[in-house]
Amino acid sequence: MAEEYEPKIVGFMCQWCTGTAADMAGTARMQYPPNIRPIRVMCSGTVDPVYVLRAYLDGADGILIGGCHPGDCHYVSGNYKARRKIAILKSVLNTLGLEDDRVMARWISAGEGKKYADTVTEFTKEIKEKGPNPIGEVRSI
Amino acid sequence: MAKRAILEVSEGQAEVALRAFLKQLLDNNVVEALLVPQVVEGGKNVAQGLVTAGDSLDRADPLAPVMPVNSARIVSAMTKKSPPSRKMAIVLRPCELRALVELVKLKQASLENIVTIGVDCFGTYSMNKYAEKAASSSSATQEFLNKASEGNGDADLRMVCQICEYPVPLTSDLTIGLVGLDANKGILVEANTPAGEEALEKLGLGGGDELAQKREAAVSRLLADRRKKAEEFLEQTRKEVSGLDKLVSIFSTCITCHNCRTACPICYCKECFFDSPTFEMEADKYLRQADKRGAIKMPTDTLLFHITRMNHMGVSCVGCGSCEEACPNDIPVAKLFRLVGADLQKLFEYVPGRSLDDELPLTTFREEELTQVVED
Repeated sequence: MAEEYEPKIVGFMCQWCTGTAADMAGTARMQYPPNIRPIRVMCSGTVDPVYVLRAYLDGADGILIGGCHPGDCHYVSGNYKARRKIAILKSVLNTLGLEDDRVMARWISAGEGKKYADTVTEFTKEIKEKGPNPIGEVRSI
Repeated sequence: MAKRAILEVSEGQAEVALRAFLKQLLDNNVVEALLVPQVVEGGKNVAQGLVTAGDSLDRADPLAPVMPVNSARIVSAMTKKSPPSRKMAIVLRPCELRALVELVKLKQASLENIVTIGVDCFGTYSMNKYAEKAASSSSATQEFLNKASEGNGDADLRMVCQICEYPVPLTSDLTIGLVGLDANKGILVEANTPAGEEALEKLGLGGGDELAQKREAAVSRLLADRRKKAEEFLEQTRKEVSGLDKLVSIFSTCITCHNCRTACPICYCKECFFDSPTFEMEADKYLRQADKRGAIKMPTDTLLFHITRMNHMGVSCVGCGSCEEACPNDIPVAKLFRLVGADLQKLFEYVPGRSLDDELPLTTFREEELTQVVED
C-alpha cells in the first residue's frame, strides 16, 4: 500500500488581497498544485493562531497565510496585527521543537495572481520534500 | 517628603513590626482597607485577607512563604466592575504585582484608589510543603527568613521562585525591603512614588538611607545571580521539552481539567474559546477525528489547548507558577510556559508588569518589523 505522500496544505487567505489573487490565478488558468485547501477570511488579522494550530495538530502538512501588503490592508492595520500573531505562533512552535516552517505567511496583493500560483507551487514543493507532518500519527493529541 | 523609613523590629518578630505598620496605615486614615496575607484559622495556610478593621490585623503575615492564589486575580475580581470607593492598600509579591499591571493594561483590573505595597520576595513553598513546615515549627516565616538571609538557597522552594528574575517589586508605591538586610533587626520601607511618599509622611516615619544603600547593592547581586540561574534552567528545560515526542509525553497525563488556566492570573477570558460551542462537538465529529489516525485519546485537543494558551497569554506570563501548583497531576506546565514566555518576551523586548506605560505586544505594532516572519 505504497501511497505516494501528497501534502495537505491549508490556506488562510484574506478576501480582499490574497483571495482575489487566487481567483485571478484561476480565471487566468494558471497551473499550480491542487494540494491547497483555501479558506477565505475577511482579513489576515482575523486569523487566530488557534485556527492554524487546529490545522497543524489535525495533521495538515503545511499552512499558508496570505494577506495584503503592509500599508494596504483593507481594514488599515489587520495585517500588521497578523504579522505579530504569526511571529508569536512561530516562536512558540520553535520553542516547543515543532516544525515552524510548516507555517508560511506571505503578502500577496489582489493583482498578484502569478505570485499566488508561484507561492503555492513553491510551498507545496517544500512541504512535499519535508515529508508528512509527524503529528498526524499521534493519538494523544 | 519622606523617601523611606525603618520599621523597628523587636525580639526578631518581623511580622509584628509589619502588622504595626499596616495598622498605622488604617489608624492614620492613609487607607481605609487592606488586602494583606493572613494566617487562616488552623494555621495550615496563609491566604489574602481583606481587612477593614485595624483590630483584625492580628493574623497578618505578609512574609509567610506561601502563595495559594496569585493576588492579581483577587484584585481583578474586586476592581473589574468598579474601583473601591474607600482607599485601599494591597500587599503583594512582585510576581503578583507584575500580573496585576498586565491585567490593568488588559482592562481587567483597576488601580484607582489603591496604594500598592510590594514585598521583596525570597520565594515560596508549595502549599503542602508550607503546611508541613507550619506544622513542625513555631514560626515557619521566621525560619524561612533566617534561611533566606543565610543566602545559601533553599531547595524546598518552588522551582519558579528559585529562578525568578524579578524578586523585588518594580512598580509599587511602597516596597517592604528585605533583601540584604536582617529582618530580625529592622525592615526598610521604600517609597517609590509620590503616593508612597505621602503615606510615609502621614505616618511621620523616616530614616533608612544606609539600609537602602545596603539593600540596593544586595539586590544587584541577587538579580545577577537569578538571571544566571534562570538562563541555565531554561536551557536545560529546552532540552527536556523540545520535540514532538517529549511534548506528547509531558502532556500524556493531562486530563484537560483546565485548572492551570483557572489559576493563571493572566487568563481572563469570560468564556475561554475551549469552553465555547466550538468544542461542543457531535459524536460523529469525534468519530471523524478518530478516523484520521485510527484512534485518538479522549478527551482530545489537549495539545491544542496548551499551545493555544501559550499563544494567547505567553507574552504576559510572569512566571508565577500558579498553573503548575494547580495541576492535579504535577505536569511541569510552569517551566514550559516560562520557557515559551521567555522566548516571546525576548522577541518583543517586553517584560510583563515592568510598567503601565509598556504597550502589550499584541495590541500594537510597528510598520517596519519582523520582516523575517512574513516574506514579501
